[in-house]
Amino acid sequence: MAPPVFAAKDLTKTYASGDVEVRALRGVNFEVGAGEVVVLLGPSGSGKSTFLNIVGGIDTATSGDLRFKDIDLTKLRERDLTRYRRESVGFVFQFYNLVPSLTALENVALVTEISTNPMRPQDALAMIGLENRMHHFPAELSGGEQQRVAIARAIAKRPEVLLCDEPTGALDSKTGVLVIEALLKVSAELSTTTLIITHNATIQDVADRVFFFADGNISRIQRNATRRRAADLVW
Amino acid sequence: MWPQAVAIGLVIAGGVASLVMSVGSFRSLDETRAAYYERYQFADVFANMPRAPRSVLDEIAAIPGVAMADGRIAKLALLDISNVAEPASGLFISLPAQGEPDLNRLYMKEGRLPDPLSDSEVVVSGGFAQAHGFAPGDTFSAILNGKRRELVIAGTALSPEFIYAIGPGDRMPDNWRFAVVWMPERALASAYGLSGAISSVSVTLLRDASEAQVIDRLDAVLDRYGGSAAYGRKDQTSHAFLEHGLDMLRNMSTTIPPIFLLVTAFLVNLVLSRLISLEREQIGLLKALGYRNSAIAGHYLKFVLVIAAAGIIVGSVAGTWLGVIVTRLFGTFYQFPFLVFAKNPDLYALGAILSLVAAGLGASRAIRTAVVLPPAVAMQAAAPPRFRRFLEFLPSPPRFTAQPGLMMMVRGLWQRPLRTAMTAFGIALATAVLIVSLFTGNAIEQLVDVTYFMADRQDATIGFVAKQPANAVLQVARFPGVLAAEAVREVSIRIRHGSVERRVMLSGRGRNADLSRIIDTNLRPVILPESGLAISSYLAGVLGARVGDSVEVDLLEGDRRTVVLPIAALVEDYFGIRAMMDADALARLLREAPSVNAVNVSLDQSRVAQLYAVVKGTPAVAGVALKETALANFRSTLAVTITTMAAIYTNLAAIIAVGIVYNSARISLSERARELASLRVLGFTRWETIRILLLELTFLTLIAQPPGWLMGYGLAWVMKTRLAGELMRVPMIMQNLTYVIASAIILLAAALSALIVARRVNWLDLVAVLKTRD
Repeated sequence: MAPPVFAAKDLTKTYASGDVEVRALRGVNFEVGAGEVVVLLGPSGSGKSTFLNIVGGIDTATSGDLRFKDIDLTKLRERDLTRYRRESVGFVFQFYNLVPSLTALENVALVTEISTNPMRPQDALAMIGLENRMHHFPAELSGGEQQRVAIARAIAKRPEVLLCDEPTGALDSKTGVLVIEALLKVSAELSTTTLIITHNATIQDVADRVFFFADGNISRIQRNATRRRAADLVW
Repeated sequence: MWPQAVAIGLVIAGGVASLVMSVGSFRSLDETRAAYYERYQFADVFANMPRAPRSVLDEIAAIPGVAMADGRIAKLALLDISNVAEPASGLFISLPAQGEPDLNRLYMKEGRLPDPLSDSEVVVSGGFAQAHGFAPGDTFSAILNGKRRELVIAGTALSPEFIYAIGPGDRMPDNWRFAVVWMPERALASAYGLSGAISSVSVTLLRDASEAQVIDRLDAVLDRYGGSAAYGRKDQTSHAFLEHGLDMLRNMSTTIPPIFLLVTAFLVNLVLSRLISLEREQIGLLKALGYRNSAIAGHYLKFVLVIAAAGIIVGSVAGTWLGVIVTRLFGTFYQFPFLVFAKNPDLYALGAILSLVAAGLGASRAIRTAVVLPPAVAMQAAAPPRFRRFLEFLPSPPRFTAQPGLMMMVRGLWQRPLRTAMTAFGIALATAVLIVSLFTGNAIEQLVDVTYFMADRQDATIGFVAKQPANAVLQVARFPGVLAAEAVREVSIRIRHGSVERRVMLSGRGRNADLSRIIDTNLRPVILPESGLAISSYLAGVLGARVGDSVEVDLLEGDRRTVVLPIAALVEDYFGIRAMMDADALARLLREAPSVNAVNVSLDQSRVAQLYAVVKGTPAVAGVALKETALANFRSTLAVTITTMAAIYTNLAAIIAVGIVYNSARISLSERARELASLRVLGFTRWETIRILLLELTFLTLIAQPPGWLMGYGLAWVMKTRLAGELMRVPMIMQNLTYVIASAIILLAAALSALIVARRVNWLDLVAVLKTRD
């Protein structure tokens, strides 16, 4: 069996807030394989965002091990974490986080410019069906279109990992389906390991595995024997 | 928000400080002078003649418009002070037999007036006494009318007539080598054989009297006594120099503070607009809860008021401190009995009001946006700004349009043209202020170079008590250490073109004079034309005359004819206004045998001590002006003023630059924090993120430079033009290096303030950005 892309052992995260300690992660253990699509489900405050932040290299664990392939992410300094994000991770945010003064094409090009082996921004946009909206500013695009631009931006550098934090959270169901469809399409085409955080239980059906979060830990892992197509989702 | 408030406060403080300093120093000097003039009866009109009977004063007092007339003996003589090698000069002025003079009274610093019957007791000017450490009871010698006299200092004094006291042939005060010596009339009259006679008249005028008419009548009365033309305060050396200093302060008070007020208004607008847009939703909520618009506006006005109040307080303290320094500086070369920085409440009130108005104007536009929004609209997030395409519509857009980082900057600037323009304008102003400060230094160096090295190349000028036959120059040439000697004949004239008239010195010199040369407006030495006048180009401007025009000249010596002479050349000079002509032509004009008043000499420096000894024993010599001493004095007095002023200007420019760049960078960071944090998450390094943040400011700072240079040149030109006077001018000399240095300083100030802001990129909250909506 191929070695896992991510492997975590006893991962904890504690925030000190005055005299109060908040234990956001309490010894999480997991492994994610290459090309796997994982959905993280759980109520607010269950620790899934903290988990994603640490996996994405924008936050650090308090204790435990987290390996990305053969790199120990918990040992990396700030500069190396930036390189990790730059080279290996694609992010998709709930509120898209596009640069409003740049067109769709430029938003994607902004990231390809700093990547070592990017695809052409036009190709990234074509992959998610936005080739006709390339020269529009974010304010001229619908929410779904903006999120798809964000996906194109995330995958244009050909990352090994795609991390999506509530990618459909700000969208209606029809648009949300289109976004999930786009995500799955690019992840399949590029064999990208994809982690999707969501509140929306319906989305779990598209995953290979589902991590259920509760009280700062993975309470249950569910493997889907078959994955539903995004187009078949309704919520 | 507080560092931004501090930056705005500093700019307000800069405005108040520059106002308090310049207007305060101006007023202190002006009011002190007015009080001094009044209390010590400074005269309005002055005239000199070789000798006139004292009874002429009754005739003068009867001239309509004359309030009071006073006469005295005034004579220049050489001083010999033990332990001082170089010869000094003294202007000896008689004191009446009883009491004090009616006009130009003395302020006694130390000691007492001399005994009217004493032959040796004198009062000396305070500056001279201080320079030599003289106190009442000390002695020195003078050569009065060829006879050496031991003099005893009875007291030291100041006079409104000699607030700025300069010796013969000098341009700057030299307390070491020039003294005003007041001596009892009996003693001075007997030394010069002037018993019952006077050689100088001072007159005060009635309130509505016409100075010009009194001068005409006075000239008519004194004509028969060989009086040289009378003159008003405008031509009185001390008064004219003081006026020039006052002009400088007046000029500064009208150029610098307005710049600060403008920048204040802009910065308040910039910061408050951002604050209001950040608090937009709370404003909507408060309005929905029933808060009135006035309450909302009042809240923000209070914020501005607090910043302004802090700035006003700091500015008032700093302005007072600077004012005290500047006033003290002026006090070192203007001799006043008392000169303190006047802390007039109305000035501070003016500074406060102007700052509040500027801040209020800046705030009003921002506050209006908070007030006009209906609560429902305000509670929602502001619509995202609409960005416009830039140049992409061209068939082949420029290459940079393919670079997203650059396009972020271009569109950001393009979207807010007014803010872009104002920021660049503010930075340009800072560059301009700096250029003016550097320009002053350059101009002074050019002035020194042209005056002391291109034109006046003599080492010393030996002046005579009265005109001497032409062969005097040969005698001087035989003095020890004299390598070359050139004669100078000087005569007072009135020069007139149309209705404009000036009283100047006409100096005659050899056509090929090599020591003291004439430099034309192209900075080339010129040979005096055989006939006609060479006059200061500034004088030509005052007279409205050009080369080739004819001017009327009243000769104020000899047979006092009026002649018409052509202007043959214009002279580039920076001190005084004067006219020159060929010595032989002048002698013919005066219908006299060639004569000299002074001799320019170049010296063998190893033998100056012997020369000084000989000069001290030569009764015909009234004084020796030494170039090196003059230059050193010029540098030590004016250079200090210039460097102090330049330091003040440089700091003010830096405050403007930092104020604008820091605030712009902070606002930019605040507006784009989410965008920048997103970039960090996407893998941009800190430096790449900082670069994107600062690209806009770097660009603005850079494009502000050429307009800054232009404005700087313009401001320097205004400064030069407004400072130019008949006493002194500075050349309009602008070196390329000036622009480079000014821009480098502004870029450095901008870079430092931007880097302070850039450090905040480290603190961007990457986690929060994933979860927040814009």
